[in-house]
Amino acid sequence: MFKRLKDLKKTILESQVWRSMFRHDYADTPRNRTLQIMSNVWMHLHPPKVRRHAIRIRFTWCMGGITFLLFLVLTVTGVVLMFYYRPVAEYAYADMKYLQFDVPFGMLVRNMHRWAAHGMVLTVWLHMFRVFMTGSYKSPREFNWVIGVILLTLTLLLSFTGYLLPWDQLSIWAVTVGTNMARATPLLGHEGPFAHLAGVTPRYDARAFLLGGTIVGPPTLLRFYVLHCIFLPILASLLMIVHFWRIRKDGGISGPL
Amino acid sequence: MAEAPGRAAVAEKAKAAPKPKIKPIEDKVHCWPYLVRSEFVCSIILMALLMVWSLGIDAPMEEPANPTNTPNPSKAPWYFLGLQEMLVYFDPWMAGVVLPTLIIVGLMVIPFIDINPKGNGYYTFQERKFAVTTFLFGFLVLWVSLIVTGVFLRGPGWNLFWPWEVWDPHKVVALTNVDLPYWGPFKLLGNPKILDVELLGLTLVILYLIVLPVAFWFRKSKTSPILQELGPLRYGIVAFLLLTMLGLPIKMFLRIAFNIKYIWVTPWFNV
Ligand code: HEM
Repeated sequence: MFKRLKDLKKTILESQVWRSMFRHDYADTPRNRTLQIMSNVWMHLHPPKVRRHAIRIRFTWCMGGITFLLFLVLTVTGVVLMFYYRPVAEYAYADMKYLQFDVPFGMLVRNMHRWAAHGMVLTVWLHMFRVFMTGSYKSPREFNWVIGVILLTLTLLLSFTGYLLPWDQLSIWAVTVGTNMARATPLLGHEGPFAHLAGVTPRYDARAFLLGGTIVGPPTLLRFYVLHCIFLPILASLLMIVHFWRIRKDGGISGPL
Repeated sequence: MAEAPGRAAVAEKAKAAPKPKIKPIEDKVHCWPYLVRSEFVCSIILMALLMVWSLGIDAPMEEPANPTNTPNPSKAPWYFLGLQEMLVYFDPWMAGVVLPTLIIVGLMVIPFIDINPKGNGYYTFQERKFAVTTFLFGFLVLWVSLIVTGVFLRGPGWNLFWPWEVWDPHKVVALTNVDLPYWGPFKLLGNPKILDVELLGLTLVILYLIVLPVAFWFRKSKTSPILQELGPLRYGIVAFLLLTMLGLPIKMFLRIAFNIKYIWVTPWFNV
């Protein structure tokens, strides 16, 4: 029997199907350690080897990685929420209640999405804080820092556009307060400095462009939904690709010369 | 032009900078398993935490949106409360548009204005005192403490309440704020204006944002190697961003200590 099992294992491991998927065996050799990373598209975000100090939690606090993990959690839970949520003023609030009370695990998914979003804002700040304190923005990583600042802004905007979607008192008034500032944009907001020079009116200014009207109403909900579920996540993903690629191209995690 | 000697000097300095006593680059380890296993454990712990947290604490949900019923106070999401808090001290065009833009742009230019080659890739305070102090001041003292104030200490009418105080929507706070020309000794100047622009405020703003940094440059640049390396352009950017950032605590101090509202009033905007 035992011999048969071994034979079976051998047959499977040497079959064409198996070998088409896995290019190396699992024995712990330096070659295989490298291949584990190199021959796996996800693992391949890493280099085969890193400098010893770079894997210390005390150095990176793992904050960039945690931020990325939270982004992935948000993507998965967000897609689940999209199956139940309609960005229409008549339905949005009811759909949230439906998620809360009727959809199996609906409240759990919503909670995870909400708390991961708050968490991501925190971790992205802490990540920036770490990168500053280790001076990792210095040459040759200047550009990656700039990409990072854009990612930080996008994270805040993602969180802010999502805040409106439950369409309850908390969300519309928070977004009202937040977008009121756009009224005061110099030149482009109707209450801002020099507004009369640009000829903007309450109906046609920076804020109305954001909201699709003069108040936070149904068009705003649709706008924020599209920004939140399509435009901003795609933009952030693209920039994350650049961010990770640049880390490798700039010589890996920074360290003492 | 002015760039070239600056760059060369930087490279020179980088070579001269003392190498910290840490093993050289050859000290590498395999990502599999040494990095991947930490990431794995880290992810599991984080997911477990998030799961427990989400099982225990429900996301907030209030009554349906009602445009005719404004809650008091209306607060932005917590991560924007630093900006909302700045509205107490600055007009919306400044607190809501110009300052946030300058924060983002200011963060982006950090790598290009901090030309100190030391402290790249390790923790140190000694080798970059100015950079670290400025950053900690901006991040912890200004950004984080304003958010804490906005989240925990602001109640109806955006008045200050201690967390244990009851929110009284009818709390009366005397509004005794005055603009600078009507305050104390400045009253004697009689608030002269050209085209409705107050000259006192104009003078102060020019003194603060232009004369002060330019005078400092001409006094110090001959003798300070740091300023020479920075060059006039970088120095100008550093000075402008730093003074703008310090404008916030200055205005907070003037308001809290002397009830001064605007430093400078013009027909188009107030500072
Ligand atoms: C969505 C947001 C972000 C994600 C997912 C992300 C992810 C990462 C990851 C995984 C790393 C590897 C090292 C580590 O974990 O610390 C990293 C490094 C880095 N990040 Fe980010 N990051 C983000 C935002 C930012 C921000 C806001 C900044 C700065 C303003 C920034 C600047 C950098 C720099 C300069 C490095 C290289 C650090 C070094 O070599 O030591 N990133 N990022």
